[in-house]
Amino acid sequence: MLTGTRLPPGETAAPPAAGRSRPPRLAGLLLGVLLLVVAALLSLAVGAERIPLGDVWSGLFAPSGSRFDNIVRELRLPRTLIGIAIGAALGLAGGVMQVLTRNPLADPGLLGVNAGASAAVVTAISVFGITSFTGYLWFALVGAAVAAVAVHALGGTRSATPVRLALAGTAVNAALFGYVNGLQLRDVSTLDSMRYWAVGTLEKRDPQLLLTALPLLVAGTLLAFALARPLGALALGEDHARALGSSVRRTRILSVTAITLLCGSATAVCGPIGFIGLMIPHAVRAFTGPDPRWMLPYCTLFAPGLLLVADVIGRIVVAPSEIQADLVTSFLGGLLFIHLVRRRKVAQL
Amino acid sequence: MTLLEEKTRRNEPARFALRDGRLRTGRYSLRVKPRTVAVCLALIVLTAVLVVLCVGTGTYELSPLEVLRTFAGNGPAGAGFIVLDLRLPRALVAVLVGFASGMAGAVFQSLTRNPLGSPDIIGFGNGASAGALVAIIILNAGAPQTALGALLGGFATAAAVYLLAWRRGVHGYRLILVGLGVSAVLGSATGFLYIRADIGKAAQAASWMFGSLNDRGWHEVWIAALGLLVCVPFVLLHGRRLTMLEMGDDTAGALGVPPERSRLLLLCAGTGLTAMAVAAAGPIPFLAMAAPQLARRITRAPGPNVLPAAWTGALLVTAADLLTQRVTGSALMPVGVVTGVGGGLFLAWLLLRERKAQHV
Repeated sequence: MLTGTRLPPGETAAPPAAGRSRPPRLAGLLLGVLLLVVAALLSLAVGAERIPLGDVWSGLFAPSGSRFDNIVRELRLPRTLIGIAIGAALGLAGGVMQVLTRNPLADPGLLGVNAGASAAVVTAISVFGITSFTGYLWFALVGAAVAAVAVHALGGTRSATPVRLALAGTAVNAALFGYVNGLQLRDVSTLDSMRYWAVGTLEKRDPQLLLTALPLLVAGTLLAFALARPLGALALGEDHARALGSSVRRTRILSVTAITLLCGSATAVCGPIGFIGLMIPHAVRAFTGPDPRWMLPYCTLFAPGLLLVADVIGRIVVAPSEIQADLVTSFLGGLLFIHLVRRRKVAQL
Repeated sequence: MTLLEEKTRRNEPARFALRDGRLRTGRYSLRVKPRTVAVCLALIVLTAVLVVLCVGTGTYELSPLEVLRTFAGNGPAGAGFIVLDLRLPRALVAVLVGFASGMAGAVFQSLTRNPLGSPDIIGFGNGASAGALVAIIILNAGAPQTALGALLGGFATAAAVYLLAWRRGVHGYRLILVGLGVSAVLGSATGFLYIRADIGKAAQAASWMFGSLNDRGWHEVWIAALGLLVCVPFVLLHGRRLTMLEMGDDTAGALGVPPERSRLLLLCAGTGLTAMAVAAAGPIPFLAMAAPQLARRITRAPGPNVLPAAWTGALLVTAADLLTQRVTGSALMPVGVVTGVGGGLFLAWLLLRERKAQHV
């Protein structure tokens, strides 16, 4: 399942330790809040223009109309808030996905969910001519749902191995991103407005989009937290889950709904940003263990920091222009993916 | 398709006979499957027909008969330039790139013993285009240096994936998964380089992001032809080793084929083919995966099926190009987009079949 327990012949298993000592989980939550604040401050202060922290503070709470204050309030504050919301959504969705599929290589970007939302939005823009944010949102949700179901079905619902899911995700990603690129290239006049749908970014995102999507994001988050206990039961195996009294089918459907709400809204606001859902659950599991009741809140708390840091890196590496956040997360996430594959802890490798 | 064997001369009169799939002329014997030969010939003919149709498509439409007459030097006025300098090289690049990709795909799929182990999934395509972008953007290269950059990028990526996936030998799924990770890393590096390009180079760089046949002239034809000239005889000569390797390392070793060394040589040849194809036309996704699968289904022959796969690849690219031009009405859509979508759907279908087979 999640960890391989086969040993090479000739080695005996070491006796299990009396109890793995972990730092207390509540303290971890406080650490998460602290890291989030630090990342937010970085995002507000660092960029093409370095703004000193004192000016950031006055820009937020005592604006006096200076240039720095304008930058902080008009540009960076919305960007930081969007980053926090979207990062939390993606990290949480990744955690749910990894627990649900029992696959440490699962991620909304890798498994095609973001691609589905993107393709749906691009279709809405160029084929149906929809321009309202709410329209984008609904299309993104439908697209994410269809893609999630397709990848789930292709990977084999019961007999899904990590490899098959990854390949199913590759297939769906290739088809959908090919379609997105094709539409973009065909309709060069709208290229600018559609530029964001192949590579996700926090750049120049309208805060209005976030406000429209916020109810859906909150609903998805609450649903995911409510599913923490049934997911924990499901992670033990279907038979155990049924024996423990949770309905497997309902848990699955509700989990896919939560993932769809979170990823669809996130992609509708920012475009497809991948690999956050891959990296955060792995980092977090080292502290919390596999229990979703702790893992999911930790994911929600630590993920925004990662997205904000990726965004900041994108801003400073090639100042004054920017690298989209998705490119930075792909780079880091790809390296982590290779490392995970090499560790042989993934079943059937 | 064929195995060349030398037989000792027997006391038989020289005969030219076709029986039991063996073509025998006294001293030499060629094992031949009539169905495979027929399929290859049919593919060649179909490809030629599609090439003629492609050359006739465009803003200045030509009927197939006029195209053929232009080839013979007797066509309508003004058609000579369009056909021979603009459209024919493009069609030839399509054929050569498809041929190379199909063959590379057959080699890789046979070596990894997995239909999904093709160079575009393993990330070599991304590596070659990253190498080309480095050449264009950082080194200010012209066309031949860009091709060299693509070649080096492809080989470097292949080496990296091979080494990262190596654990007492390279086995199927690990190679694929490591390739996926390397693809993601390289994809972001490519995106980064693309952003850094200034306007003048951005257009040039854009053609390396998706496989495209636009503006492919005789120069690219020579690049592709050179790659084929070097790699194809190598692959055909070692075709027997490829078939032996499919039986397993131990059996192959017992039959005189050194497994890891042969695998390495054939991987190099396959990477060379892929890299030259990318150097000529950019990364065309899923071609190397789909062509050998389709060829196998048509010929129903066991073994790596290298030549039918190559011709199927040529046919697929030409068909995709014709489709792109007819459907979108312009020659500007990169052919890589069509093959990306089609290939993704084909991969999905393959996975579905595999899953159904498991449930039987």
